[in-house]
Amino acid sequence: MIWLVYLLIGIGMVFQALGSIALHRFPDVYTRLHGATKCTTFGSIFIYIGIMAYSAMLVLQGQINQVSLLAHTLIVMALVLITNSTGAHAISRAAYRSGIKPGLAVVDELRVAK
Amino acid sequence: MGEEMAAVAIAFVFSLFFYLLLTAGTGSILLWSKAELVVAVLFSAVVAVVAGKIYKGLGIRPSAKLLNPLRWLLLLIYAIGPLFFQMAKANLEVAYRVITGNIKPGIVKISPGLKTGLARTVLANSITLTPGTLTIDVDRKGNFYVHWIYVRDKKPKPGEICGSFAKWARLIGG
Amino acid sequence: MGEVDWRMISAGLFLAAGALAVLIIVCLIRLLLGPTAPDRMVAVDTINTQVVASLVVLGVAFSETVFIDVAIVYAMLAFVSTLYVSKYLEDNP
Repeated sequence: MIWLVYLLIGIGMVFQALGSIALHRFPDVYTRLHGATKCTTFGSIFIYIGIMAYSAMLVLQGQINQVSLLAHTLIVMALVLITNSTGAHAISRAAYRSGIKPGLAVVDELRVAK
Repeated sequence: MGEEMAAVAIAFVFSLFFYLLLTAGTGSILLWSKAELVVAVLFSAVVAVVAGKIYKGLGIRPSAKLLNPLRWLLLLIYAIGPLFFQMAKANLEVAYRVITGNIKPGIVKISPGLKTGLARTVLANSITLTPGTLTIDVDRKGNFYVHWIYVRDKKPKPGEICGSFAKWARLIGG
Repeated sequence: MGEVDWRMISAGLFLAAGALAVLIIVCLIRLLLGPTAPDRMVAVDTINTQVVASLVVLGVAFSETVFIDVAIVYAMLAFVSTLYVSKYLEDNP
């Protein structure tokens, strides 16, 4: 069963790596945010699911106090899911308001609206 | 008065829930010890009263809909089912764009016509986590300004960006 | 289901934590290069997510639940600081 934990954490690490590489691959703030936010959130979720599976195995083997590991990881997962996407809105809005135009954009409805 | 009580009740329920989740596995009454349960209720009450005062001072009125467990159940089903599937798709798409560098970005406007703040929050966060889209701004009328990494259509319908998410958001937060 | 070998998972998790440290260094390069302030903010946000992940992984590897409490507080503070810096950039372009 332990290979399942390794597999989940491995998938998570691949997505985390993609998030880091995306910071260097893309040309401007908005596209970088795409890569960084989505890939790191998804990668973190896989890592946390792997750890939750591991702690669930320990609980099933009779170590009841490992429930706290499961609960705490669940809280971290919920927090990361909520705060990462909200932080991305905050950064992108701040970038737009501080005057950075999306460089390669083919259409910009927000400027039309202002 | 009713709204203030709702704010206090929401803060109480949330802090009690999180305290119990954080201290799970400490004792024998279900999962908690007796002292933890007493302290949980005491601390949550203090936090709720203080939070109620802060909410009143800032003029924030949290809606009593947050206390409805049915909405939380819907949110859970939504997060595990359609949202997770879309996130997987989103990451494969972004992975493709990272590797090939094939992008055509732009900012487009959609008007899904959501009224409440809760529904708009759910939809905005969902859009950020789904394929190739990132919410930048929401105006008072409920128009979403979305950064799209590969623009296929300069005047998209809401369905092209968020699929069935607007319906889910209306169900959860409407 | 067989017995879970504690030491084996611990070795794998240390490897994962080391890999996360390398990824954090990759993000730090963007933090140093980033031409504009929002670019740096994106790098900091990514680093925060990866630090939280590595704290959780290390917590399981050392079998210390306290590390995960630290990760929770770190995630909350990182969120608040992101919002603060964004607000500052918005008001002072």
